[in-house]
Amino acid sequence: MAEPVLSVEKLVKHFPGQTRGETVHAVNDVTFSLFPGETLGLVGESGSGKTTIGRCAIRLLEPTGGTIRFRGRDITHLPESQCRPLRGKIQIIFQDPYRALNPRMRVGRLISEMLMLHTALDAKGRRERSLELAERVRLNADLLSRFPNQLSGGQLQRVCIARAIASNPELIILDEPTSSLDLSVRASILELLQELQASTGAAMLFISHDLETVSFVSDRILVLYLGSIVESGPSKRVFEQPAHPYTQSLLSAHLPTDPEQPLQRHLLEGEVPGPINLPPGCPFEPRCPVAISECGLAMPEARLLNGEEHTAACIRIDDGSNTLPLQR
Amino acid sequence: MSLLEVENLHTHFISRTLNDELRVAKGLNGVTFSLENGEIMGLVGETGAGKSLTAMSIMGLLSPPARIVDGSARFDGIELTNMKREELDQLRGNEITMIVQSPVSSLDPLKRIGRQLVRIQQVHQDISKAEAHQRAVEMLRTVGIPNPALRTRAWPHELSGGMAQRVLIAMALINSPRLVIADEPTTGLDVTVQAQILDLFLDLVRERGLSAIIITHDLGIVAHYCSKMAVMFAGRVVEQGPVRTVFKDARHPYTRALINSTPSRVARYGHVRSAGGAPPNLYDLPKGCHYRDRCEFSADICATIPPEVHLDSAHLASCHFSLNVPWAAEG
Repeated sequence: MAEPVLSVEKLVKHFPGQTRGETVHAVNDVTFSLFPGETLGLVGESGSGKTTIGRCAIRLLEPTGGTIRFRGRDITHLPESQCRPLRGKIQIIFQDPYRALNPRMRVGRLISEMLMLHTALDAKGRRERSLELAERVRLNADLLSRFPNQLSGGQLQRVCIARAIASNPELIILDEPTSSLDLSVRASILELLQELQASTGAAMLFISHDLETVSFVSDRILVLYLGSIVESGPSKRVFEQPAHPYTQSLLSAHLPTDPEQPLQRHLLEGEVPGPINLPPGCPFEPRCPVAISECGLAMPEARLLNGEEHTAACIRIDDGSNTLPLQR
Repeated sequence: MSLLEVENLHTHFISRTLNDELRVAKGLNGVTFSLENGEIMGLVGETGAGKSLTAMSIMGLLSPPARIVDGSARFDGIELTNMKREELDQLRGNEITMIVQSPVSSLDPLKRIGRQLVRIQQVHQDISKAEAHQRAVEMLRTVGIPNPALRTRAWPHELSGGMAQRVLIAMALINSPRLVIADEPTTGLDVTVQAQILDLFLDLVRERGLSAIIITHDLGIVAHYCSKMAVMFAGRVVEQGPVRTVFKDARHPYTRALINSTPSRVARYGHVRSAGGAPPNLYDLPKGCHYRDRCEFSADICATIPPEVHLDSAHLASCHFSLNVPWAAEG
C-alpha cells in the first residue's frame, strides 16, 4: 500500500471549558489514515469533533495528545514558524467563503496572494497563473477585479477553491464547503471538486454533516460521535449496511429527496450530550435503543465486519443485536 | 373557499438614493397560491426568491422600505393586506402563528419560558393566569419537553437548540391556530434532532387538522412532510402542485433543475444540469420570464411573461413550454 498523505494516531484534543477546571473533550483517541488521491468523509453532528480534527490536521490547533504525520513527518508539535511552509502543501476550505476572504482585497489579488506566499513566480507569472486558476474553477476573468462583496456565495467559494489549489497542495481539507450554499449552486461546486481531485490527485478530507453530500464525494467515511469514531469503512458499504446503532439512526434521520422512497425511521430520543462529562463507556450508550448494561462500562473496541475495512465500535455486534428496530 | 388565498401579491422595497432617485427592489412579483384546510404546503426556492418575504407579507410583518404594492392575501375570506394593526393583532399569534428560524433568538431572553407561554394566551384569550399556566405545562409536555412543570421556570439561554425549537412550537400551537407558518423550522439543528422536531410538529398539525406552510430549501422535507409544494423564483411561484406530481413530472425548467441537483440524483443520473448561476437582480429584473437568463431552454418567446398553465386542477406551472416540455424526449 502507498504511503499515507496524512496519518492521525490516537488524536486527542481538549479545550478548557467555560468554568474553571472544566474540560471540553472535543476529540478522543481518533486514528485514521488518508491516502493519495482519496477522499475521506468525516460525518457527524455538531459537537462530534469533526471540525477540530480538520483544524488539527492543518495545525491551526495543536493537539493535546497523539500524533499527526504528514507524508511520514511528525507535525504534531511543529512550531508555528515551520507550519507556514507546510500550509502550501495542506490547504483548507471553510464553510463560509465570505468570512474566509479579506473583504478589502480584490479577487485577483486574493488568488495571487497564495502564489506569492507559496511559489517563486514573479508578478507576471502570478498574473498569468491567477487567470489560469480562475479558468479552472470556472470563474469569469472579469470577476478578478471585483471585491468579495460583489460576488455571490457560489462564486466566492470558487475563489476559495482557486486559492486552495494555487499552491498544488497534496491535501485539501474541506470543512462543510457547501453548507452555506444554495442547493442549486451546491451541486456544481461538488462537481468542480470532484473534477479537480481527478486532475490534481490531491487527497481530500471532506467534513460535513450532510450524509447525502458525503456519500456523493467520498471513497471512505468515518462516522464520529462525541469525538470518537464509531464506524468507518468504504462509503457505499457504510451507507448500505450501517452497523453501529448511531450510524443507523443518523442514516434513517436523513430525508431522501424522493417522495416515493419510503422512510425507514428509528428515531433517537434526546440530543447529543455536551462534551464536558463524557459517558464512561460507549459515548452513544445514553441514547442507544439497544444498549445493555455492559455498554456503559468501557469504550468498545472497533470490530471488523466481513473484511473490506469496515469497522464499527459496538459490543452488540458480537451477538448480532446491533440492528435497531424500525418504526412506522 | 380556501383557508388562505394569496393572489398576485407584489411586495417591493422602495427607497431613494442620495440623488433622490427612486430605487425599487422587486421582492415579490405576483405571488399566487391557495391553501385548503388541513393542507401542508412546502414553499421552496433559493435565497432571495421571496419565501420569507411572502410569509412576512401575509403576516403583516413588513416594515419600510418594504411594502405591498399590489395584490391580496385573504385568510378565511378576510383581506389581510389592508387590515388595521389592531385587527391584525387579533389574528396574529392567535389564528395564524409563525415559527421562525433561529429559536433561541426569537424567545425573549429576559423572561422565563413559562411566563412567555402564559402571556401569549392572556393577550388573545380571557383566561386566568393559573389556567394559562396549567395549559402551558400541558403544551410543553405535548411537545416532548421532559419535566415540563419545572421547565416553565427555565430561561431561554438554558435551553438547547432543539428544546428552544420545541418551546417555539408550543407557543405557536397553544392558542389553537388554524394556520401555522414555519420558516425554516429546523435549519441549524442536528440531523437526528431535526427528524424529531419535524415528526413532532407535523403529528401535532395533522392531529389537530391545522394547515401549515413550511418554508425550506430542503427538498427532502418537502418530499416527506408536505402534501403540496410551491416553487418560488425571483418573487414568483413558478410551479405548484401535489408533491408527488411535481417531483415526478416537473413542468418548469427551474423546478426540474432544482430537483435534479440533489447529490443523490446527480450520482444516479450523472452530469448536473446546473440550476446554478446568480439570482436575478431584483432592481433590474429581466423582462418576461425571470428565469430566462439561466434557463438552458430559453427562446425568443421567453421575453414575454409566461402564462400560468393549468396542467390539471392542482398542478400549475408558469413557463411557455409547460405543456410541451423540451426535456420530454430525454425522459
